[in-house]
Amino acid sequence: MAALTDLTLAEARAGLAAGDFSARELTQAHLAAIEAARALNAFITETPERALEMADAADARRARGEGGALNGLPIAIKDLFCTRGVLTTAGSHILDGFVPPYESTVTENLWSAGAVMLGKANLDEFAMGSSNTTSHYGPAINPWRRAGDDRPLVSGGSSGGSAAAVAGRIALAATGTDTGGSIRQPAAFCGIVGLKPTYGRCSRWGIVAFASSLDQAGPLTRTVRDAAIMLGAMAGHDPRDSTSVPQPVPDYEAALDRDVKGLRVGIPAEYRVDEMPEAIDRLWQKGAAWFRERGAEIVEIDLPHTRHALPTYYIVAPAEASSNLARYDGVRYGLCVEGETLSEMYEKTRAEGFGDEVKRRLFIGTYVLSAGYYDAYYLKAQKLRTLIANDFRAAFEKVDVVLTPTAPSPAFAVGEKADDSIAMYLNDVFTVPASLAGLPAISVPAGLSDDRLPLGLHVIGKPFDEETVLRAGRVIEDAAGFDTRPEGNGA
Amino acid sequence: MSIDKATVAHIARLARIALPEDAREAVAGELNNILAWVEQLAEVDTDGVEPMTSVVEVALPLRADEVTDGARVEEILANAPRREDGYFVVPKVVE
Repeated sequence: MAALTDLTLAEARAGLAAGDFSARELTQAHLAAIEAARALNAFITETPERALEMADAADARRARGEGGALNGLPIAIKDLFCTRGVLTTAGSHILDGFVPPYESTVTENLWSAGAVMLGKANLDEFAMGSSNTTSHYGPAINPWRRAGDDRPLVSGGSSGGSAAAVAGRIALAATGTDTGGSIRQPAAFCGIVGLKPTYGRCSRWGIVAFASSLDQAGPLTRTVRDAAIMLGAMAGHDPRDSTSVPQPVPDYEAALDRDVKGLRVGIPAEYRVDEMPEAIDRLWQKGAAWFRERGAEIVEIDLPHTRHALPTYYIVAPAEASSNLARYDGVRYGLCVEGETLSEMYEKTRAEGFGDEVKRRLFIGTYVLSAGYYDAYYLKAQKLRTLIANDFRAAFEKVDVVLTPTAPSPAFAVGEKADDSIAMYLNDVFTVPASLAGLPAISVPAGLSDDRLPLGLHVIGKPFDEETVLRAGRVIEDAAGFDTRPEGNGA
Repeated sequence: MSIDKATVAHIARLARIALPEDAREAVAGELNNILAWVEQLAEVDTDGVEPMTSVVEVALPLRADEVTDGARVEEILANAPRREDGYFVVPKVVE
């Protein structure tokens, strides 16, 4: 039998059900793997004692013939989800020592389904970044290396620790959050599956807020089926989040078995960007061919406002962040740097507590919302957002899903692109439009770059049609037969 | 539109982030770089376009106006850097 840490979530579920191993054994195997892979820096906080308690409780439930959909399955939680009694940092110095007195809805749902928490995964500070290098706790490292080059690579971001943990076989699955690509881009960089659901599908209650009109929780897994299993447990209406949608959660796993005959797959001309490596363009065409071979119809479409999506995002997201992060004042929780006056205390606490990228975005956000500039920047961006959403609405009259690459490059080395904000922002050029339009989208590993790093293909769907997105993702997974894996665990 | 050092000082003040005099030049450069890039949106004609206010088309839900939570003083104060007699403590604001 394969090592317990090599199993998919679905295989581990079957193994537990058949009594091949216990939740305790499965959890212990993962805890040992975590210890051996500390070089990945995938976790900010490991919770081995809680994990074993939860595993024992899961075994006891199983013995009584009880237990939910994830009973006994060990997973990692992005350290942006508040977890009762467990340090929650958002990757920031300013949340030093913050132990939430409550549990986020998504994690509560996962624990109700019987999942086991291995720890809190590393991330870019307040989820602001595309390489996990803005974390106060240092970068999470990609388990992959370029062929013939031993330099450590970024795991992507912001859910970089989650992606590194799942790719490095130290967690069966992980939660992430995606504001402009923060689930899908690290999934592509680490050669795993990442799913951003429709805005409103998962509750945001108890998730540390970055940009509230964009933030959405979703799973990172090694297979599309595992993403379906995780999403089924995470999703659902929550009266405590007024943007969470009161719609029933479908059986996502059942959707995987339907074929794609007659499915209309859109290829947007605007996603052909300069400087994109040829390997990515080739893979994209290959992806289209895979769908055609399986009876789907390929349709050329136009999404004319695509190139404006990234600048639009870099107005909307910092603006919302500047408002959301106003709560970190040194009074109620986290870091406090003393000052003579209240104002001085705020200013010193925030100067010391926030890292450079977070400050940069707070400055931009403050500026674009300030008197005299609101109309020129923020209002303009909100109008652009309407145009971008309308592009998709028009496209979805002709097609059922849109197929694009996930990112314009494979993973890069730690330190590369560090001096150029805009080069870093361009990582999200293909993922941001779906975020602005609130649409569900999945990244599935589909091939390798010239230097043998994983590349992802990206499927965007209609609002609340995660089922078709998963079904299309399954086609890519099946056709690509992507079974290459990182050689080591970064250790 | 270009941001100068005085504007940076104003923004930092509004954001309540202390920014020493000798760091303002560099921040102005970074912000100008980003703003020059987002400036391209000006070329898009958005006359008559409604600004997006909500990405999902749902009516805002309402619930009865009743107390559903409370009496959690200890939990709320548990993370406070400074507390006294059931209150958060801050530097003196009123003389």
